[in-house]
Amino acid sequence: MKYIEPHAHMVSRTTADYQAIAQVGCEALCEPAFWAGFDRASAQGFYDYYRQLTEYEPARAAKFGIKHFCWLCINPKEAEDPVFAREVMSLIPDFIDRPNVLGIGEIGLNKNTKNELIIFEEHLEIAKKFDRPILIHTPHLEDKLKGTRLILDALKNANVDRDRVIIDHVEEHTAPLVLNEGYWAGMTLYPESKCSPARAIDILETFGMERIWMNSSCDWGISDPLAVIKCALEMKTRQHSAEIIEKVIYDNPKAFLSQCPNFSL
Amino acid sequence: MPTKKDIQDLYFMDSRFKLLEIASFLDRIDRHDGQADFRHPAFMKALKAMQNPPEGTTRAQAVHLALSDHSTEPAEAATIQFALGAHNEGGQP
Repeated sequence: MKYIEPHAHMVSRTTADYQAIAQVGCEALCEPAFWAGFDRASAQGFYDYYRQLTEYEPARAAKFGIKHFCWLCINPKEAEDPVFAREVMSLIPDFIDRPNVLGIGEIGLNKNTKNELIIFEEHLEIAKKFDRPILIHTPHLEDKLKGTRLILDALKNANVDRDRVIIDHVEEHTAPLVLNEGYWAGMTLYPESKCSPARAIDILETFGMERIWMNSSCDWGISDPLAVIKCALEMKTRQHSAEIIEKVIYDNPKAFLSQCPNFSL
Repeated sequence: MPTKKDIQDLYFMDSRFKLLEIASFLDRIDRHDGQADFRHPAFMKALKAMQNPPEGTTRAQAVHLALSDHSTEPAEAATIQFALGAHNEGGQP
């Protein structure tokens, strides 16, 4: 079945992964800028990373018939030093008009600190200045609830267009906070944390199929690039119709991403 | 939509397996030497929350809430980059 992978870190994955997701129907994928698993030593490291996201990775995906798009930012884990973060953010205008760039992301919070919050708010201003959508990372585990609340407050203060903001990695306790405020929500399917397929389907059944997508967020850690399609198959065993499944794994991400000037299938 | 029986057919065996994993994990903690850290009482609190979720809260939400940081002000600085799975109330070692 056809689907869109709206959140995958393919710089960390093998060509076998591209082949596998292409074989099960992946038509397009989106790669947010993120933490490499270690802190970069200089802003120049991000310049090279942005080149990888906008030049090399789209070419690699194209070999498997997959359209590759990306989001740009400095991730919250490396945003604790505002001077360094601003140096990296100053690179974004040089890349924002490249043909596969969707917007600003994945910005957000990690340990919910004052500096992370300042840099998050400055990213929101960049998105507004260039009139681009926003993809937001919410913190992990015990930090998710507090971080989601701080993010929602900051978004309200920034007066962003809620139709063009997706808040990712929601779980049972944060999905209603995000959806009730009129934002889009993303669920991440991980083998050991975030959502299992069964729980993601519970969230869909509880909070509805509107303004929500699911992703594998596959990266250098324990993760599964086929997670979205496996969850779609589990939806089938839960007696969801083919139309509903297609809505969640294809129509919804397409609807949100189509607000990005550079997105096309 | 599936019935309760359908859901049991789909998930009972898997959930039974995971329930035993939790029981064995707690037995393992009991059996070994040393002191468990703040994660152990947080885990036990989450188990109780699951069995008696507050009004208007699902069992899954109750577990999340039992393990979450409920403070509202941003932290001064990050002392670690990762999360441990349970909020360390009172900063216990």
